[in-house]
Amino acid sequence: MFTLRKVFLALSVVMFFNACSSSSSDDNGTDGKDAYDRGELLLNLADNIIVPAFLDLNTKLKTLKTDKDNFIATPNQTNLETLRGSWLAAYKVWQSVEMFNIGKAESMLYGFQMNVYPTSVQEVETNIANGTYDLTHPNNNDAVGFPAVDYLLYGVAADEASIVAKYTDAKYQTYLSDVIDQMQNLTEIVLNDWTTSYRDAFVKETGNTGTSSVNKIVNDYNFYYESRLRAAKIAIPIGHFSNTPLPEKIEAFYNQEVSKILIQDALNAVQDFFNGKAYKGSSKGESFYSYLVYLERDDIATLINSRFNDARTRIDVVDANFYSQINTDNSKMTMIYDALQLAVVSLKSDMMAVFQVSLDEGYQDNDGD
Amino acid sequence: MTFKSYFNQYTNAAPLAVFRMLFGLMMCYGMIRFWYHGWIDTLYIQPKFNFTYFGFEWVKPLGNYTYLLFIICALSAIFVAIGLKYRLAIITFFLSFTYIELMDKTTYLNHYYFISLMAFLMIFLPANAQLSIDNLIRKRSYQNIPKWTIDAVKLLLGIVYFYAGLAKLNSDWLLQAMPLKIWLPSKYDLPLIGDTLMHQTWFQYAMSWSGMLYDLAIPFLLLYKPTRRFAFLLVVIFHVFTRVLFPIGMFPFVMIASTLIFFEAGFHKKIIRLIKDVFQNLKPSTLIATQSNYKYTFKKPLVAFIGLFFVFQLAFPFRYLLYPGELFWTEEGYRFSWRVMLMEKMGISTFKIVDAKTGNFFYVDNKDFLTPFQEKQMGSQPDFILEYAHYLGDHFTAQGHKNVQVFVESYVTLNGRLSAPYIDKTVDLYQEKESFKPKHWILPFNDDIKGL
Repeated sequence: MFTLRKVFLALSVVMFFNACSSSSSDDNGTDGKDAYDRGELLLNLADNIIVPAFLDLNTKLKTLKTDKDNFIATPNQTNLETLRGSWLAAYKVWQSVEMFNIGKAESMLYGFQMNVYPTSVQEVETNIANGTYDLTHPNNNDAVGFPAVDYLLYGVAADEASIVAKYTDAKYQTYLSDVIDQMQNLTEIVLNDWTTSYRDAFVKETGNTGTSSVNKIVNDYNFYYESRLRAAKIAIPIGHFSNTPLPEKIEAFYNQEVSKILIQDALNAVQDFFNGKAYKGSSKGESFYSYLVYLERDDIATLINSRFNDARTRIDVVDANFYSQINTDNSKMTMIYDALQLAVVSLKSDMMAVFQVSLDEGYQDNDGD
Repeated sequence: MTFKSYFNQYTNAAPLAVFRMLFGLMMCYGMIRFWYHGWIDTLYIQPKFNFTYFGFEWVKPLGNYTYLLFIICALSAIFVAIGLKYRLAIITFFLSFTYIELMDKTTYLNHYYFISLMAFLMIFLPANAQLSIDNLIRKRSYQNIPKWTIDAVKLLLGIVYFYAGLAKLNSDWLLQAMPLKIWLPSKYDLPLIGDTLMHQTWFQYAMSWSGMLYDLAIPFLLLYKPTRRFAFLLVVIFHVFTRVLFPIGMFPFVMIASTLIFFEAGFHKKIIRLIKDVFQNLKPSTLIATQSNYKYTFKKPLVAFIGLFFVFQLAFPFRYLLYPGELFWTEEGYRFSWRVMLMEKMGISTFKIVDAKTGNFFYVDNKDFLTPFQEKQMGSQPDFILEYAHYLGDHFTAQGHKNVQVFVESYVTLNGRLSAPYIDKTVDLYQEKESFKPKHWILPFNDDIKGL
């Protein structure tokens, strides 16, 4: 008993000092490694990916605006084609931006005013007929943004000549003009917020709390990938959540030919962000990938990339026109979904388990089971 | 000392009285805290659906009356604290608190179970023998109470610690430092120790091992007088430290306050004197007769009953031995066994509703039915998955869908292992029934965790 007591005491003393020897070990002990610099991570994400993407989108939207002005001034087929070209160019860049629903974008519900689809033809036509509308109103979320412009440029009439003819009507001119101007306006507001103040706030918030930048961007990223990329672009139109396929719910339904290009761009953007690849050029910086490697989980980091690659391979083989692909052979679309879903498992389960980013504010008590 | 003479021993009532008061105060605070954070609404009122315990499916939130339930619980806790109508108060507290815990197992925490058990035990203890309003009303207090009544509280506390220690005797915890290896580095933003210690491998192992040793040793260090003060210091350090590291709510404070009962009566008498000094002005004119020993009316059956209670407590956590498969993976027999902070488990479960005749199917968006917290808990626990599958089956059948079958595709990661398929996706869960039998549709765990 006496020796047992001594053993207990000795062990207790050891663990006491283990538990409490806090600041004495900044000498990087024998197996010591430096702490991961999350500031570096945020800096790379903000300066090399997020802000350049917003900048590019704003430029593309300005071009869209100019081409729209030209088209309205002279509604003809050539100007319509030019306008459609700049719409697609901007829509493609949008795929690199939508996941950053943070800061100003989050507070003014930017995403909801840019890319809610399917767009409501009825809402759009009612607005046009009335001539008065509040484009920022939540009821108008499905009557603005890229999907509304998609309708206005491709679906507003049955054939090319009649589409051009629509824009001799001042009411159609005004609505097209207002919607596009609004998109550029909103984007500029978000961009300016990033360049003037939010960027500095963003890179400073390195903590692990519900509101810190690392946590928010990780949660946003996962949410975007699961709900916007996987669900909205693929799962919903292929009928994953419904009894029958809903091909009219594809992105860019009225154009119909670009859904594939858009999801390809979106997937590239998601993967580049994961790997910390700069928006312009091919330089790489700190990223979710390098953070996983730092946490000695190269296996997860590699697996996520290979799952993204698998999904891309599956996308590459389907028709550019998702509407007809769904109607002719939906099984190929289901294979895309399956591949995308596997990456959800890796991101939401494996990566999140390792990152230990708190899900959300809210119920916090937990004893780990 | 014979068995019989032990149960005839008496000891000063002060430690149990102080324990009762602290317990009541903390429970009342716990209820208010729950309300203050808005959790009554988010956890019990907002969800469309609540995960129930097997056999307690009838325990459901009461709509807006749920608030009333919390008020009753908080009030009864105050009554316990001041010792007013103690027996009725502790019974009310036990029932209301346990009802709250049974409403949704999403919120299951070991320490809530501990509180339910402790409240149940306290129903049978003379915790109002001193320092209670009951003393004033009945004009009677007691100097001494049977020694076993205080020992029963110590035993329950000892079981919680010791079993939590036993549960840590496994290869993940000791040889891989899991899940602390995952959890600690995420605390990088703590002052001083955040970016110096948390990511160090040696620190993660040191924490794992010292946590295990602490849990196993602390009941004995507290019982043994020469080590008691030191043990209490450890209790405080350990729980404050875990409080800093993990969001474990009230638990650290409950344990710190509870372990005070291990101290001698003299210490508690001082506390009582202090309290009486504070309330000096309120001293009633009536005289209280202090009787020496509190005597139970039905001593023998009661002692037998409490004995059975503890036999159950000692045996119940080992029920997992009756199930095949890895406990951490299947979680059959995991709850109610003092397995605290042992697993980092995350899962994703997607449900497929199939028409058995036509083969038509669609998938469910879990967000339509579950809160994020519920979805997180459901994702990696088989009994949640089964109950939810039945809920979905009933829901879609009621909507007019025919020949409904419910399948799940589920992936789970456990203590850093890559996500692996979890549930047999060819099994129609709508046809499977909840029971205590092993769940054959849980896929085998492709690894080995050694130990208890």
